[in-house]
Amino acid sequence: MIQVLLIAVLSFLAQLILPWWSIAIVAFLICFWRSRRVGSALREGFLGIALVWLVYALLIHLRTEGVFTSRMNLLLLKSTSPLGMLVITPFLGGLVGGIAGMAGYYIRQAILPSQQFAMKRR
Amino acid sequence: MTYLKATLSLLFAVILVVILNRPWGSIPAFGPLLSPFTGFWQNAESLSTGDQEIDVDGTRQPVTVRYDDLGIPHVFAQNDYDVYFTQGFVTARDRLWQMEFQTHAAAGRISEIVGDRALELDRFTRRMGMGFGAEQAVKAMLTDPTSREVIEAYTAGINAWIKQLTSARYPIEYKLLGYAPEPWTPIKCAYLLKQMTNTLAMGADDLRMSNILKKYGETIVTDLFPDYPTREDPIIPVGTKWAFKPLPIPAAPRQNSLSKEILSLAAPAFDAGLLQNDPSIGSNNWAVGAEKSATGYPILANDPHLTLSLPSIWYQIQLVTPTMNVYGASLPGSPGVTIGFNKNVAWGVTNVGADVLDFYTIKFKDEKYTAYWHDNQWKPTTRRIERIKVKGKPDVIDTIFYTHHGPVVYTAGAKPFRSNIPVGHAARWIAHYPANDLWCFYLLNRAKNYDDYVKALSFYAAPAQNFVFADNNKTIAMSPNGRFPLKWKDQGKFLLDGTSSVYDWQGWIPAEQNPRIKNPARGFVSSANQFSADPTYPYYINWQFAPSERGRRINQRLTAMQQATPDSLRGLQNDNFNLRAADALSVLLPLIQLNSLNSGQAKALSILKSWNYRNDVDAIGASIFTVWYEQLMDSIWKDEFDTNDSVPMRYPSFDRTLTLIQQGPNARWFDNIKTPKSETLPEIVTQAFLAACDSLAKRHGSMGTGWAWGVHKGTDIRHLVPALEAFSALDVQNGGGASVVNATTEWHGPSWRMVVALGSLPKAYGVYPGGQSGNPGSPYYQNMISTWAKGELNELIYLQTATEKHSRLRHKLIVK
Repeated sequence: MIQVLLIAVLSFLAQLILPWWSIAIVAFLICFWRSRRVGSALREGFLGIALVWLVYALLIHLRTEGVFTSRMNLLLLKSTSPLGMLVITPFLGGLVGGIAGMAGYYIRQAILPSQQFAMKRR
Repeated sequence: MTYLKATLSLLFAVILVVILNRPWGSIPAFGPLLSPFTGFWQNAESLSTGDQEIDVDGTRQPVTVRYDDLGIPHVFAQNDYDVYFTQGFVTARDRLWQMEFQTHAAAGRISEIVGDRALELDRFTRRMGMGFGAEQAVKAMLTDPTSREVIEAYTAGINAWIKQLTSARYPIEYKLLGYAPEPWTPIKCAYLLKQMTNTLAMGADDLRMSNILKKYGETIVTDLFPDYPTREDPIIPVGTKWAFKPLPIPAAPRQNSLSKEILSLAAPAFDAGLLQNDPSIGSNNWAVGAEKSATGYPILANDPHLTLSLPSIWYQIQLVTPTMNVYGASLPGSPGVTIGFNKNVAWGVTNVGADVLDFYTIKFKDEKYTAYWHDNQWKPTTRRIERIKVKGKPDVIDTIFYTHHGPVVYTAGAKPFRSNIPVGHAARWIAHYPANDLWCFYLLNRAKNYDDYVKALSFYAAPAQNFVFADNNKTIAMSPNGRFPLKWKDQGKFLLDGTSSVYDWQGWIPAEQNPRIKNPARGFVSSANQFSADPTYPYYINWQFAPSERGRRINQRLTAMQQATPDSLRGLQNDNFNLRAADALSVLLPLIQLNSLNSGQAKALSILKSWNYRNDVDAIGASIFTVWYEQLMDSIWKDEFDTNDSVPMRYPSFDRTLTLIQQGPNARWFDNIKTPKSETLPEIVTQAFLAACDSLAKRHGSMGTGWAWGVHKGTDIRHLVPALEAFSALDVQNGGGASVVNATTEWHGPSWRMVVALGSLPKAYGVYPGGQSGNPGSPYYQNMISTWAKGELNELIYLQTATEKHSRLRHKLIVK
């Protein structure tokens, strides 16, 4: 849970100044640092980023009465319901976060294997 | 194993990011596009209400902009520089992508954005000399110190907006197409005006007419393509005396062997899309005098018809300085107001279909194209190198040879982009001449009376317009105005011989001798793209103009009108009476062979007979008539004047066709020469009717509400990028039609409707089919379309001071 929050908060701050792909770096680093299993790295990376993208997108959607969400949905998915954009957006961000998180976990495994045992024993 | 996993997962993550970070062909980069921090989400806007202050360090004194409930800016500045700076700033804020895209198009730079599928278009744009023309124009604009200041202020304003823009705030089209805005430059203002000339004054039938002349000879051409129509009511009323001594008209050259040579050069084969004078790109304007008006002052109306598009063609704005207070429609990319009013005067424009594009046959010395034959000597060509950037590909270099006539658009053997452009010919085009057209609008924006209007018009070159005028001294006026070349009669109806100066343009019609009328006895002035004047006008402007129906209908109604109000003029703008149908049906209906009709077709005929000639949204008769007469035109002319042949030709006009039918059933043209049988006029009229019923049934099912005019026509207002259908308004339901005053067709229509009642203070109304914002994510993107489709107008808020209160004003922007 703490990893999810860390990823969410730090990626939010990063994206205020850095390009969108800074989400991958944040998820990578946090999972490198704290994730204990590959499954949880995937999950934490995904949830951390998806949470931020969903909440921000939803805020914009509600504040603007969803006019553009529907129009973009029509453009990209040929349907006028705004739902597609509201699902795909967090999913895409989450996917990048999850994969980057997984990479962070495995890199940690490869270069600092001893610490993994220490963590597991604890 | 752990190393493998580490490497693979890292690789996977990196590849995923890279894939999502770049566009793939026409598929945009989804990572940045979907990110709520940088992507399309950032383009979603809500109705803004909060006051704002922006410090851009560009104005000389603070400027107050008040926005009303339609997002229209009312700019209050202390001086000229600031007012145009702020116009540039607020226009870019709403329309940056559109302004840049349109000027890119005019400069032949679309390939830079979309890749090599636009290459031939860009090549064509450049080969027509758009770049050359814009360079001439910008020189003229920057020579005069006042217009230089206007352009520079406007440019600085646009750039001030671009400078503070982060990529997250780029208009959505940049994000979808994957490029970034570049700084604005003065020549872009010139490009925008050239683009209007391109839209309105690039029609050329010279090649088609030459092909017809070659095939059928002079007698038939004179008969079928006469220089004045049967039904006409010209803009300057018949009987008006010309109060000037005309210049001598240049002598027409005698037919010689060379014109035969020219005719042999006509008719190369191409298969590119056609560009003909499009009769539905026209416009209406008129003004009623004080004696016809209920207010005791003139009332003026204008609705320019163009290919409807989004972002909207026009941008409403009010510009106020201590010496000016003007409101109206501006073109994004051009400073000032193009159609509008101030405290004392109002003006509007419709297109003059002047023949200002001619093609000259060029005799080159050899295939190097370095010299051409003119007046018995070899003269050198100049070369212009065009470097076309192509997205994802190396630059393309194109060399264009210029003669004194103009650019050789395509050398022999080339395949033209448009089939009406002859190869081996130089184009002489009004767009190539230096002119400061902006200066005309600068003066109109400040005009106080008729004399100011006349003076302003003398600076205007192209595209020639019918300028309607009214002021609160109770003057009304109309002038088909622009720079018209001095020509012999029919010069440029056919391709011209480029080897002799006899065929050159011989100077200009003096500006003060352009057709003009002030306070005519009939109490109104009007124009609808028809003939500028009757044949007594001493100069030749063109042999054909838009069909006369709109103009005749407007004049019928204005003649009958008394006690006119803005609302009666609004009603006339929305007049759906189909005069073409009224003219034609009394001739065509008696020709139908009733025994050839089945019960369904007989029912269609009875509906057509009881139709009230109105192209209303639910009228079935309008659909039947339109499909029928179009089919009839094909039936009569397609066999002999097929435009899809390797020899591009065109049909005679509908006016000539109807007269031909009235003259009797014996014309050779009624027979279909592609069949062994000899068809009679009643037979082809009936066949065309049956074919029309079939075609409607095929498209809309059996006769019923599916055949209603609104459904059959449907009006599409498309985004400038055709693929962005989601940003378009499709199938808007309304009445109207080509050759109807409410000239709304499938693609074209009134791009701005305005009615101004002059008085001690003007009272004005207007609407266009779109919205002030060019951002599809804004509530102001297409919020005016329904008002427009219903034929209603919004009151235009004409403020007198920056602090004035008005219930429709929303928020304030201070630009410092």
